[in-house]
Amino acid sequence: MDILNWFASFGDKLFKAFLYEDRWKFYLDGLGVTISITLGAIIISTVFGMVLCLMKLSKRKILHVPAAVYIDIIRGIPMVVQLLIMYNVILLHVTDNKMIVAILAFGLNSSAYMAEIYRSGINAVDKGQTEAGRSLGLNQAQTMWHIIFPQALKNCLPTYTSEFIVLVKETAVVGYIAMVDLTKVYSSIQSKTYDAAGPLFIIAVMYFCITKVLAILFAHMERRLQSSDRR
Amino acid sequence: MIAVEHLSKSFGGNQVLKDIDEHIYPGEKVVIIGPSGSGKSTFLRCLNLLEVPTSGKVIFEGTVVNDPKTDINAVRRQMGMVFQHFNLFNNLNIRKNITLAPVQTKLMSQEEADETALKLLDRVGLKDRAEAYPAQLSGGQKQRIAIVRALAMRPKVMLFDEPTSALDPEMVGEVLDVMKELADEGMTMVVVTHEMGFAREVGSRVLFMDGGNILEQNEPHEFFAHPKEPRTIEFLSKVL
Repeated sequence: MDILNWFASFGDKLFKAFLYEDRWKFYLDGLGVTISITLGAIIISTVFGMVLCLMKLSKRKILHVPAAVYIDIIRGIPMVVQLLIMYNVILLHVTDNKMIVAILAFGLNSSAYMAEIYRSGINAVDKGQTEAGRSLGLNQAQTMWHIIFPQALKNCLPTYTSEFIVLVKETAVVGYIAMVDLTKVYSSIQSKTYDAAGPLFIIAVMYFCITKVLAILFAHMERRLQSSDRR
Repeated sequence: MIAVEHLSKSFGGNQVLKDIDEHIYPGEKVVIIGPSGSGKSTFLRCLNLLEVPTSGKVIFEGTVVNDPKTDINAVRRQMGMVFQHFNLFNNLNIRKNITLAPVQTKLMSQEEADETALKLLDRVGLKDRAEAYPAQLSGGQKQRIAIVRALAMRPKVMLFDEPTSALDPEMVGEVLDVMKELADEGMTMVVVTHEMGFAREVGSRVLFMDGGNILEQNEPHEFFAHPKEPRTIEFLSKVL
């Protein structure tokens, strides 16, 4: 009977945390913030990560060293600290728009990881592929573009997916600069209902749904890219 | 056609090629044999600058290949290369494998290249595999296609780096047949191989390499019948 009672009261808590007084709108707003930051950041890191990767792969020191140092520094500092630095130091007098601050902070952070994901994907392509391309008279760029990148893309898709998913979850710290994302919705609901279980459960389910949808989407893409491996 | 002058190559402190001088003349089929680690493959790879010589010169039809000012891509377009591990482009089907370089280097239009590819594939009996991917082919088929891919650039010389070493024994014949045909058509060829039968039958000159030097060379009949250097005699006694 205890279990039944627990379910009944949990149902009541969920109702108060979600449906009562249209509180679901808070979650929707929070979800919107979380998704906006994630999408903005992933666009930056997908592009800037590639630039960093190519710089790091370059034999020219003037390109290689800055990229290596950047990746090193970014990976050595906690995300929250980087976010606070971006908000309170670097962009302090530049913009008040917290969304821009968050997208930049997460985008620049994720770029360092993306660069390494791309690099391992490119390095995993057999050296013979490059040699074959070059021996036919293709230049470095043509060989990269037509032969190495398509194969590297396939190599790094699984790790790219996990970085994407990590990014979704990492944005949960934007509460530190007083943004109300999905996680922060918890505080506003809890202060009204004096119950933690309801909103936390709902928020957890929502995060899980986003990441699961992403995982399914990319798994589908992976299968399609494998067409050239079929025997 | 290819002149090699004082060619040396070191990897770190390990000198793999020691001051080699050699000429390869148009129409020749030069076969390079020797024990593993003797520098055969490195020598071959220096010819199209896949390895950069430490010192010395490689000259292809008057152009110093390893001069930094040389457009190496333009040189490589005239020198086909076939690798031990085929190195077909895994992300492209067979037709695209063959046509990519001619089209990208503006040697041919896509239509011309497609036509050339099908003609060449027909010659090696693989016309029906044009739309297949490399992963769907056997080793012998892959290597025949790798040869065709190099030929599509209409090279003046073909370099073969142990083309049959990674093949199942039953597939060696089909690849050697294609190479023989190519030789009969007058293609200039430089072949690193362990196939002594091919060296004897197809080669116009056999080079024996050991320890980074070309120790001995001769036309094949004389080379195999009367080797002069003790090291050559020892090597041949083991492989024949």
